[in-house]
Amino acid sequence: MYQNIMVPVDLAHADKLALALDTAAKLSKLYHAPVTYVGVTASTPGVIGHNPVEYDKKLVAFVAAQAEAHGIEASGKTVVSHDPAVDLDDALVKAGHDIGSDLIVMATHIPNVADHFWPSNGGRMARLTDASIFLVRG
Amino acid sequence: MSDPSGQGIPAPEGATTLIDTEYEVGQDNVSMSVGPFGLDIHNPVFAISGLTIVAFVFFTLAFQESAGAVFGDLRDWLTGTFDWFFLTAANIFVLLCLFLIVSPYGKVRIGGKDATPDYSYTGWFAMLFAAGMGIGLMFYGVSEPISHFSAAVAEDAGSPDSWAPLGGAAGNTAEARDLGMAATIFHWGLHPWAIYAIVALALALFSYNKGLPLTMRSVFYPIFGERVWGWTGHIIDILAVFATLFGLATSLGFGAEQAMAGLNHLFGIPVNDFSKVALIVGITGIALLSVVAGLDAGVKRLSEINMVLAALLLMFVLIVGPTLAIFTGFFHNLYEYARYLPELSNPFGREDDNFRQGWTAFYWAWWISWSPFVGMFIARVSRGRTVREFLTCVLIIPSLVSVFWMTVFGGTAISQLVNDGYQIVVDAPLELKLFAMLEALPLQQITSFIAIVLVIVFFVTSSDSGSLVIDTITAGGKIDAPVPQRVFWACFEGLVAIALLLGGGLAALQAMAVSTGFPFTIVLLLACFAILKGLHSEPR
Repeated sequence: MYQNIMVPVDLAHADKLALALDTAAKLSKLYHAPVTYVGVTASTPGVIGHNPVEYDKKLVAFVAAQAEAHGIEASGKTVVSHDPAVDLDDALVKAGHDIGSDLIVMATHIPNVADHFWPSNGGRMARLTDASIFLVRG
Repeated sequence: MSDPSGQGIPAPEGATTLIDTEYEVGQDNVSMSVGPFGLDIHNPVFAISGLTIVAFVFFTLAFQESAGAVFGDLRDWLTGTFDWFFLTAANIFVLLCLFLIVSPYGKVRIGGKDATPDYSYTGWFAMLFAAGMGIGLMFYGVSEPISHFSAAVAEDAGSPDSWAPLGGAAGNTAEARDLGMAATIFHWGLHPWAIYAIVALALALFSYNKGLPLTMRSVFYPIFGERVWGWTGHIIDILAVFATLFGLATSLGFGAEQAMAGLNHLFGIPVNDFSKVALIVGITGIALLSVVAGLDAGVKRLSEINMVLAALLLMFVLIVGPTLAIFTGFFHNLYEYARYLPELSNPFGREDDNFRQGWTAFYWAWWISWSPFVGMFIARVSRGRTVREFLTCVLIIPSLVSVFWMTVFGGTAISQLVNDGYQIVVDAPLELKLFAMLEALPLQQITSFIAIVLVIVFFVTSSDSGSLVIDTITAGGKIDAPVPQRVFWACFEGLVAIALLLGGGLAALQAMAVSTGFPFTIVLLLACFAILKGLHSEPR
């Protein structure tokens, strides 16, 4: 049913993604759809790497670990953004489009008052993309 | 690359020499929630900077009566006592930039040997110009050349009470005009842009090439080593926040004064504390929308709109003003600038105390207090340029644009005064001189309105980019900290501008800009050494 599953990952908080990662892996097996893990970084030094190349190496290692742990076909994509705090959703939508993903599985928080001011990433993604979105409460 | 097509990574990094440190970006940060909003802030830089500024604003408002006088005295003492220091430091920054342009270090590429620029020249220039000078050019474009010219041609030029540069040229209109324009260009040309360039280059080099967090302390790693991650670095970053906030507030104060004067001139809106506060609140609101929209959708777009509006106003004055005189004046002013540059930049043995201390030293301190903000902003958008390209573009081209701007606006005003006897342009208060000049040209209602819009948009572009920078510093160099933090700083800048305007007027704002500029000058001199050391270890 699904051709490619995209999973946005925040490598700085990978420990909070377990449920979403597990869900994506199970869907991947169920529909025989490869998973693409997408990470967004800035070109300035960050928590994960000094530059996008270092960030990408960490993502490659993360993808390999996921593929091995779940026995799935997986790849990764690093996206560089000038201002990831604000442009994250747009960057992910574009990445999903470039990859050709028809299902996006992503972790999300429980709604709160702040969502009225800054919509959740998952909610905004659902508004911006024509792919199906599976939001997993973390 | 994990993506076999290579999409997503705009540029390969190429060879760089990363600094080997155990420090990780954000390791001293505290993540917490304030109500529903998440925060990711540096401990203790955020708290100390924020609380100190709150305390300062509180005392300024509590002692409104005496604050203005105290601030005025503080500014005069600093610029009067340390004028030689500001002038010498600025000369060192210019000389270092020129040396780096012609030296082999110029080949080093920011972001690695194979990095390509993130932004086109148009977007890049628009952002660095709007952030770097915006409001100032609007405020001083007419008033400064006219002030210097009037002081230089006056009979008392050269006396201890005179504000004329280099003793002036009493009674000699042509010489006074040359001197007035040269002195103005001196304040808006190579020196301020060299100050920005030094900070920007240092930040870009140590962040993109050395892999350290995008924050002021990183620049000092070659000098202080691992200690920059402790209190030495905390103090540098806190100073950078102070300098940025008060430097910005000064410009916002100028912007509010001028926009109010323009609105009063055009629409009769009364100039009082309430209207000034309302204006700052309104403009801070627009700045908020811009920071929330982000670097590309907000700041860059507004900067480009600004450039178009500024270019339109410039072209209009150029066409309806003394066109031929402006074109020939541009080259003539460049020549006069070069001719007077050695004397104007000389820190010792001069007798034009009022001009040197009241204008030049104040300007240098103001530019220096702005430098962490403009420098970090320029650094953030300058990845992929070589040091030579970077310095040439940041130093030479904006300087030429400033010369052209001053020639068009200042030259037209002086021409109105000398050729047409249009005295209003001299008699009008500082913040109204631009509108007085426009009044003598056709379509003054429209051009004055465009000028007010420009002041306001420049106001917004300074405020939003400033918020981004302060947020980055107080988040330990993280540029993906939660958006509410940017909102906090944008509101805070507006509040500081309001408090200081009410508390001590522009004197308070200027005093704080100069006060924070002084210690930061020492910081920048150390940064020069760090740049040389950092560049020396880079592959060329």
